[in-house]
Amino acid sequence: MTSNSKPLRSTALMQLTLARLREFYRQPEAVFWVYFFPILMVVALGIAFRNKPVERITVDVVSSEHAQTILDALQKDERIVAAIYAADECQQRLRTGKSDLTVAAEDEKKVGFTLDPTRPGSVLAQDLSNRMIQEAAGRSDPVPTTTSEVTEPGGRYIDFLVPGLLGMGLMGGGLWGVGFAIVDMRIRKLLKRLVATPMKKSQFLLGIMFSRLLFMVPEIILLIAFSWYFFGVQIYGSWLSIGFLVLLGAAEFSGIGLLVASRAKTMESVSGLMNLVMLPMWTLSGIFFSYERFPDIVQPVIKLLPLTPLNDSLRAVMLEGTSLIALWPQLILMFLWGAVTFAVALLVFRWND
Amino acid sequence: MQFAIRCQNLVKTYRGKPPVEAVKGLDLEVLPGECFGVLGPNGAGKTTTIEILEGLLAPTSGSVEVLGMSWDTQADAIRQRMGVSLQETQLSERLTVRETMQLFRSFYRSGMTVDEAIELVALSEKANAWVKNLSGGQKQRLAVATSVVGDPDILFLDEPTTGLDPTSRRQLWDIIRSFRERNKTILLTTHYMEEAERLCDRVAIVDSGRIIAIGTPRELISSLGAEHVIEFMTNSDLGSSDDGASFDWLKSLPSVDRIESDHSHHRIIAGEPHAVLPALFAELKQRDLRLANLTTRHASLEDVFVSLTGRHLNEN
Repeated sequence: MTSNSKPLRSTALMQLTLARLREFYRQPEAVFWVYFFPILMVVALGIAFRNKPVERITVDVVSSEHAQTILDALQKDERIVAAIYAADECQQRLRTGKSDLTVAAEDEKKVGFTLDPTRPGSVLAQDLSNRMIQEAAGRSDPVPTTTSEVTEPGGRYIDFLVPGLLGMGLMGGGLWGVGFAIVDMRIRKLLKRLVATPMKKSQFLLGIMFSRLLFMVPEIILLIAFSWYFFGVQIYGSWLSIGFLVLLGAAEFSGIGLLVASRAKTMESVSGLMNLVMLPMWTLSGIFFSYERFPDIVQPVIKLLPLTPLNDSLRAVMLEGTSLIALWPQLILMFLWGAVTFAVALLVFRWND
Repeated sequence: MQFAIRCQNLVKTYRGKPPVEAVKGLDLEVLPGECFGVLGPNGAGKTTTIEILEGLLAPTSGSVEVLGMSWDTQADAIRQRMGVSLQETQLSERLTVRETMQLFRSFYRSGMTVDEAIELVALSEKANAWVKNLSGGQKQRLAVATSVVGDPDILFLDEPTTGLDPTSRRQLWDIIRSFRERNKTILLTTHYMEEAERLCDRVAIVDSGRIIAIGTPRELISSLGAEHVIEFMTNSDLGSSDDGASFDWLKSLPSVDRIESDHSHHRIIAGEPHAVLPALFAELKQRDLRLANLTTRHASLEDVFVSLTGRHLNEN
């Protein structure tokens, strides 16, 4: 009747992890969203940015007796789409963003530009139009230049994007997966039932983290394989380093997920909290574009956010082949986020209702 | 260890405006090997009391000992030897019966095998079914199985049969009895007096956070003074009910111990119904009153509750 021998499979930690894995894989719709959503994202963004059409620059020429000369000069560059409009119409089109620039020929030797200096397109349009007009009037460059274009794998937007999406997947998976599972168990009074057993609370939380790490492995492999096959995204660093970063990232965000869900009693409150936690990272931590675009003063804060070191180190390993040793500050920061949130979650966790 | 459970002057006040006093000074002593029932209407404080005893809620004041140990210092040791079935736990729907049992078994140092526990609650045929696909009674039996898989010395069951059909209820009673036969202590709460009468060695009747009577079901029933209840209705009042004197003729019938009357609905508590009934019929006829819905039965815990509080157990 009584037995004390416990094979590994019967330990509480193993059983808790297994239970979570089984519950997850038996919910096909959850599996779909966790595994295929990031891939849909890569497809959408990859297509959007892959065959980028030649950028069109729309320039309006104000109707006058010299307008046609200007128009001919501008149309020598295939990127420029130019047409002649009445002055008030030009103004209207510029104001509503239909054109990037208005050019007015006041007389044969004098040309005026009107533009919105806060729009990068307008500034570019002015430079280009100015060059075309000067060249048509006979300017020759003292230094001849040549241009060669680079679209090698490694330097494209999709190469920048994929590591960011890996990081985003680890963040979303950790927070939603852990947070919803916990609040669901709290609502069903299962947490309360579990604390009436001799179960170790830390093992319960670890079981949730471990199961999360295991869910993540197929997600990441799928995402990397997909972007390699369809977009030629390469990994320049070691696979082992990627694996280590993925596990560390998953652990980090499960810890944060535990903390976010540690007191919430309803799905609504935990969703709100998770969005609050994730929002700054979606925008600031460099998923879709480099965070270096933000002002210098906020850079230290951005670098401390949990997602930033993950995205930075994934990019360094994938795109530059950096070794993990060189990334030690990022690794320590991620470890601290995971360990501290786990410890705090264990302290403040609401088990009973 | 003298008592399996002992609590003294237990008080639980929930904060709020106004504060709710769920338990107002409750003393309880449960002996080892006893099946003890806490009987009371909804909102009497049963669940609060049992959750304090289970270590899930902290009492506002008062002392609690389970198996001679205190929750403050020996919580893990108590949990290793205690089994619990809560009122409304929903176990994970996408785990099978066996997987659920393996999970709960893994928390205990020693206990039954998973298959023994499944066998005990007669779920062997459903061992590989998802929890989601079990009936209400099967789910409840599984919940009881999770509470006994650690082979506990004390079992807490909070309203184990609430919401079940009569067959499932009887099945669960058999399971509880089989556990009781192994000399384990059981504390259960219920608002079904029949359940308390059939399963429990002793019963505490609670109302508004206090114990209002305690004893074996037999003792409680005999505290009514007589063991038979005769209930009947009449086509009109027996006389002016404002005037207590009008009932005198009922009280003076032979073997009658007590009368409770509510408009045209009357209840006689008596020792020997065969002595009361002929006299009752004769008196009614003489007063030209028509009799309706006459029933006679043994007195139950329900009658004890009614005579103590003036209310029925399951009225809200």
